[in-house]
Amino acid sequence: MHSFEYASPATLKEALGLLGGSWSDAAVLAGGTDLITLMKEHLAEPKRVVNIKGIKELGGIAKSGGGLRIGAAATVDELLSSALVRAEYPSLLAAARGIGSPQLRHMGTVVGDLCQRPRCWYYRNGFGLLAQKNGKSLVDDGQNEFHAIFPKGAAKFVSASSFAPALIALGAKLKIASPSGVREVNVADFFKAPSSDADREIDLHPNEIVTAIHIPAAKGARNATYEVRNREGLDWPLATASVSLTMKGSSVSSAAIVLGHVGPTPVVATAAAGSLAGKTITEATAEEAGKAAVAGATPLSDNGYKVHLAAVAVKRALLAAAGKA
Amino acid sequence: MPNYSYPPMENRRVIGKRITRLDGVEKSSGKAKYNSDVRPAGTIHAVGVFSPHAHARVKSVDTSAAERAPGFAAVSVVAKPGTEVNWAGQEIAFVAADTEERARDAASLIKVEYEVLPHLVREENLAKAGVRGKPAGEQVTGDPDAAFAAAGTVSHEAEYGIPVITHCCLEPHGQVVAWDGAANQIKYWPSTQTVSAVGGDLAKQLELPATNIHVHQDHIGGGFGSKFQSDVWGAEAARLSKKAGGKPVKLYLDRREELTIAGVRPSVFGKVKLSANASGELTGWDSTTWMTGGFAGGGLNADLLPYVFRNVANRRINHTAVSTNCGTSRAWRAPNHPQVCYITCAAMEDLAAKMKMDPVEFFLKNVDKTARAGTYRGQIMKAAEMIGWKKNWKPRGSSPGTVKRGLGLAVGTWGGAGHASQCRATINPDGSAVVEIGSQDLGTGTRTIIVQVAAETYGLPMNAITLKLGDNMYPASGASGGSTTVGGVSASTRKATVNALDKLFAAVAPSLGVPAEQLEAVDSKIQVKGNPAKSMAWKAACGKLGVSAIVETGANDPRNPMGLTTGGVGGCQMADVSVDVETGVVKLNKIVAVQDIGLVINPKTADSQVYGGIIMGICAALYEERVMDEMTGRFVNADMEFYKLAGAGDIGEIDVQFEITPDNDKRGVIGLGEPATVPTIAAIANAVANAIGVRPPVLPLTAKNVLNALHNTTRRLA
Repeated sequence: MHSFEYASPATLKEALGLLGGSWSDAAVLAGGTDLITLMKEHLAEPKRVVNIKGIKELGGIAKSGGGLRIGAAATVDELLSSALVRAEYPSLLAAARGIGSPQLRHMGTVVGDLCQRPRCWYYRNGFGLLAQKNGKSLVDDGQNEFHAIFPKGAAKFVSASSFAPALIALGAKLKIASPSGVREVNVADFFKAPSSDADREIDLHPNEIVTAIHIPAAKGARNATYEVRNREGLDWPLATASVSLTMKGSSVSSAAIVLGHVGPTPVVATAAAGSLAGKTITEATAEEAGKAAVAGATPLSDNGYKVHLAAVAVKRALLAAAGKA
Repeated sequence: MPNYSYPPMENRRVIGKRITRLDGVEKSSGKAKYNSDVRPAGTIHAVGVFSPHAHARVKSVDTSAAERAPGFAAVSVVAKPGTEVNWAGQEIAFVAADTEERARDAASLIKVEYEVLPHLVREENLAKAGVRGKPAGEQVTGDPDAAFAAAGTVSHEAEYGIPVITHCCLEPHGQVVAWDGAANQIKYWPSTQTVSAVGGDLAKQLELPATNIHVHQDHIGGGFGSKFQSDVWGAEAARLSKKAGGKPVKLYLDRREELTIAGVRPSVFGKVKLSANASGELTGWDSTTWMTGGFAGGGLNADLLPYVFRNVANRRINHTAVSTNCGTSRAWRAPNHPQVCYITCAAMEDLAAKMKMDPVEFFLKNVDKTARAGTYRGQIMKAAEMIGWKKNWKPRGSSPGTVKRGLGLAVGTWGGAGHASQCRATINPDGSAVVEIGSQDLGTGTRTIIVQVAAETYGLPMNAITLKLGDNMYPASGASGGSTTVGGVSASTRKATVNALDKLFAAVAPSLGVPAEQLEAVDSKIQVKGNPAKSMAWKAACGKLGVSAIVETGANDPRNPMGLTTGGVGGCQMADVSVDVETGVVKLNKIVAVQDIGLVINPKTADSQVYGGIIMGICAALYEERVMDEMTGRFVNADMEFYKLAGAGDIGEIDVQFEITPDNDKRGVIGLGEPATVPTIAAIANAVANAIGVRPPVLPLTAKNVLNALHNTTRRLA
């Protein structure tokens, strides 16, 4: 890790003033559980590190406009102990519990989970975000058991976020501040497939800070997350599904299904969700939806098993949301 | 000749008791100092530059920019121009600076030019290995083809494999070392499994007399067979210290380097055909196996096939060692055994399933083909009882539901006789008792058992004994490898303390008015045998020594252990697993281990040895795999994120059973660390095959490998 300047501003305005026009000017530090490892591996080399944990206005998890606001400095632990989350958003709780390390839950923030860089081992070993050598993908013929089954263009890594699928299924938005003002982005639109190593996989500029997540009121919608992991202990999910179901009696009036860890962005399974309208969630309809959700998958040489896992995750998330798990 | 034998089991006061390890609190509270925590005044920090290429020739190494870096102290180039590097991670140069970060910055300024050469880093497809494979000559006993063709014979043919796994020591390899150039003396704080010998190994590299090197180590954070040498980084750290005017240099590998270059266990892949007659007796074995131990190629002994069931009349063995451009193998807890155990016990379980036989019956049917039929028969029956085999076992693939339960078994064997060890026992006139031994406590409880032996001999409480170990100034004791430590150090300690006590008896005999042979040491007293009324308190007795302490030595000679230690054990383990056949995720419910054992000094630390061995087996069975990438030549999961070990929630229940009996006690002390890890992998793999109805041939038993087996999409080996 190179030497860097460390700043710990007290206000958002100050923090924004400390950022720059390029990623090498400054990096935002919240939990630091990803940033510090990136810096140690020279994958991030910011001249300045701006700690936002001391900024009061970025903290806390609280009710906001009928929904929920999760501040940028709020940790995964805070989310787990939030009565509001427990009451309305089991899908977020399950995602938080899936982060199987007390240290990471204690230090890491929910917003940081959305902003973390991919875990692709080619990227982390210094072969670039798109993992190419002489213009050829290292992933295609390489070690791709944990890679995308929904690759987009040259991007074959998977989004590492634990919370994104649940937040997208819940219709959450992000508030993003920059020196020129505040913009709002749907979490679903925050993730994008990069087309070069210099691109980011999220819609964030070097001079911006994600200040909060806003989740609309659940209004009785039933939500759930199902993650498949090899280990009980700390382990990245192999596939995740988050669902949100608005019910009319015992049948579904509308549904959202989002897959995680299967593509460079979370994958919104629109058709699979649409097919559930008017149906009751049973083992059979849930399985059908799971199959529909992976219908467009194009697995790589060694990750066909993930297609199956993603379908199972959808089925199990739907059954859990419907109280039938 | 003094009588060194231990008191009868029923008379022992300290040996055989479940005594909590002496350094447990120190370790669990963080107070224990490992050598990676040692920071003598003025310590500087060194890091390495390692080849990013799996195969290359070094064209040039330019250290000039590094030498101008802030905080720079010294640099040392290992791979001179012209050197051929044979794996990614091979050492090129080391550089020291005042802080670790500045050393890393300086290292990044070292410019190395390579001529990149072709490499091979994956071995599972033997056909692709070409000339890199070195076949050993075929071995044939009997006529396996005739055995397979005989009427009434059932045979089974399949592929099996275990990838290379790493030692993954929590404390990486490395050392703090200070070389005082003027006096030519070296202070050396390595992470080592051999305190008495590692200084000599370093001396050889540095062309110094071994006596010039002082080694000290209180604790080690894992070795498992990978920490016997002083290594390139030991010698280079010493050279950097000398160049920096004798400043202590700290040089420890980081996690990626640790996994990549500090030792791995060889893989094994193979095709096996085996057969049995109609009643289930093994009649033939034919295996073609291959493996890699890195660039050197070797490291797995296929002659051990079929494992344990050695007396199969008809046997053909073919084996190929593949040289790959990967970090070299080192001894890994029970070298060879877990791999050949898996190949053998998995093939046997598969044949039993084909014959629709209960595998317990099948193994029992064949115990006569082992070297210890009675032991295995008893162990298999005991383990079956402990895991409820009769009640819980179902024929392969007949477990109902989505989460299927399965049981599996395997057997293993190991040596474990004590190594050469010397001990010095001192009894001082003030009553203090000191035991010195140049051994090491790998976390196994060595400290505790040495003190138990001394306390037993002297009739003193544990806290009356001062133990000094972990330093090469103490009498030399063997390397901790092969499960030889407990036998070696207990024997040498017993002999040294008996010799010292005999001297004390001689000193106090006149005062008690009996010949020395009639004295005994009990309850902190020296007394006339069987007559507590005629006694003298320990301290008063030692007062009779005047001004001269008693200093006696004792040695274990492995060629003549005098009944204090021996080797040769069998063991049986059974696993109970649940497998979710929709996700392929395996969950361990329980493992039972029935382990053959000799004289047990401490049943509690003995249990822990078996727990540890089994947990390592669980890690290897379910998660561990070195993933080599052919295009980049890199070990892509050289971290603890994708190189996975079990966490507490992944382990399940472990139930250990020893036969602590007078008959076993007579065998003397036998090491336990290795035999306990041998059968675990095969037992778990067999339980998974039993649960899901098919065999995932290649480990680990991840969701990927299990689902591929269930969906018949497993890639064929070569």
